[in-house]
Amino acid sequence: MTELLPAQPASAPERDLAIATRGLTKRFGSRAAVDDLGLVVPRGSVYGFLGPNGSGKTTTIRMLLGLVRPSAGTSTLLGQSIPAGAQAVLPHVGSLVEGPAFHPYLSGRANLQRLDAADLTADPRTSRQRVDAALDRVGLLATAGKRYRAYSLGMRQRLAIAAALLMPRELLVLDEPTNGLDPQGTREVRHLVASLASDGTTVFVSSHLLSEVEQMCTHLGVMSDGRLVAQGSTSEVRGGAAPTARILTDQPTEATRIMSELGLTGVEAMPGGVRGTPNGVAPEKIVAALVQGGVGVKEFIVTSPSLEDLFVALTGEGFDVSG
Amino acid sequence: MSAADPVLADVHGADPQDAGATVARRLSTRLLRSELRLIAGRRRNQMGLLVLAAVPVLIAVAVRLSSPREGRGPDFLSSITSNGLFVPLAALSVELGLFLPLAIAMLAGDSVAGEANLGTLRYLLTVPVGRTRLLVTKYISLMIGALWGVAVVVVAGTIAGIALFGTGPMLTLSGTEISFGSAVWRVVLVSLYVAAGLAALAAVGLFISTLTEQPLAATVALMIFTILSWIAVSVPQISWLHPYLLVNQWMAFGDLLRDPPFWDNIAQGLWVDLAYAVVFGLLAWARFAGKDITS
Repeated sequence: MTELLPAQPASAPERDLAIATRGLTKRFGSRAAVDDLGLVVPRGSVYGFLGPNGSGKTTTIRMLLGLVRPSAGTSTLLGQSIPAGAQAVLPHVGSLVEGPAFHPYLSGRANLQRLDAADLTADPRTSRQRVDAALDRVGLLATAGKRYRAYSLGMRQRLAIAAALLMPRELLVLDEPTNGLDPQGTREVRHLVASLASDGTTVFVSSHLLSEVEQMCTHLGVMSDGRLVAQGSTSEVRGGAAPTARILTDQPTEATRIMSELGLTGVEAMPGGVRGTPNGVAPEKIVAALVQGGVGVKEFIVTSPSLEDLFVALTGEGFDVSG
Repeated sequence: MSAADPVLADVHGADPQDAGATVARRLSTRLLRSELRLIAGRRRNQMGLLVLAAVPVLIAVAVRLSSPREGRGPDFLSSITSNGLFVPLAALSVELGLFLPLAIAMLAGDSVAGEANLGTLRYLLTVPVGRTRLLVTKYISLMIGALWGVAVVVVAGTIAGIALFGTGPMLTLSGTEISFGSAVWRVVLVSLYVAAGLAALAAVGLFISTLTEQPLAATVALMIFTILSWIAVSVPQISWLHPYLLVNQWMAFGDLLRDPPFWDNIAQGLWVDLAYAVVFGLLAWARFAGKDITS
């Protein structure tokens, strides 16, 4: 399994980190939902927190926000330890946890006003403007007077994002923000995240949808079965995955022998040819060796895996990874 | 995986230079007002208040229709019905058995379990609302709710009573007559006493509400608690238990209608109310302060 180094030097002071956890663990009974987690989220980053459903993402987020007490380990948010400093730091953190949740018989606007009323740091004089600005930002201003129960799933999701934007935030923790949104809404959320990030807001976004994360994240962390299996800047995480060389040929046995001799690993037959991991052997050398060895090469290609392949490789979803 | 674990500087002593720099107001009634708007705005609660108000009106109409004509009935009945304030008092003693505790049970079920059930609890806590602050706000709103419910019964009863029976002098339980003005004060005292008992019940309800994510379960549990208490009070074989039961002195509000008022049972009732409020308030806090919010 691929081991990757953290993006930050190990001695990075916590102040430069928006989120840092050390040995963070949560057990429910004997099962560890989150196991020895060491998150490193630099300030100003857009951090994609990936993992299949049930891999511990939401439990991690609940611990980061002080909703759930860790069984072991520590976490800090914007330099404040959680849960001890939660009251001081949470006003600077906007969050969306496990889907939207509002009072069904209140309007969208009334729901936001209630959350604003609960915030001791919010100025009641600017409440109306801030609520309307947040509604406007997610495109809900026109339907703000409708009862929440009449909202579609996409509108509910937008309202939850609006709630996270009621106050200026240094950090946004968004758990599956595009859940239930149509493609148009998904694109809008991506633009929103990008514009927030360009203002300097750190965005921590969890998802099981890779395409949305791939396009907007500067950093990635991949969870599998409660553990962090990869973390770093997007290029580091992607660079950590080995490319694959594929040739199409009618002489797979010969090709396998030659490629193995060259130092390729994991060489195996595939329909119509052979594939293997180059391990730094230059592509042109491989082709030359094959041709010299009398193997007719119909096609030759070296590909870096897509994030999707990487994700599958790291989380072991449905694939044998060892190759 | 340990290779990916950063070695982090010690948490303690980290300078909170930007986080936590915002000056939060220590006290604000905004959340409480929002809470009361939430309670008052809910259709079900409005219907509940209508039911509470309907009972004294029914009593007033029924007594009016069945009361004998002037000079033909027994003397004491006509003395009672010369003053409309008997209506709110009769309504309170009727509704204290079931309807008023049910109203408290519904509000208490909504308070924490209801928010947990909707998922709004996690968003309130991450605003952030401190857990102690949230619990105190919820309890204050329940106390106001108790007073509210009693006030609706008393005001509806008073209006109906005065309309149908007028404002003559009131016959006290000691047999003396007091003026309408001082009778009004007695009714106010009775209302506060009854509301205090319901506020203590609300503390039990708040505690139960922290135990579950199902508001209906919390409501039913509190009703079971109330009904079992009433049953226990009516069983003389366990009279040793009676002083510890919340509802034991609830009906003692009649002592406030003596001349002069008889305070012993009232005082004992208030002490039991206070004890229940403190014990169950602390239990609710102990339960809620460290609870994992997974809803």
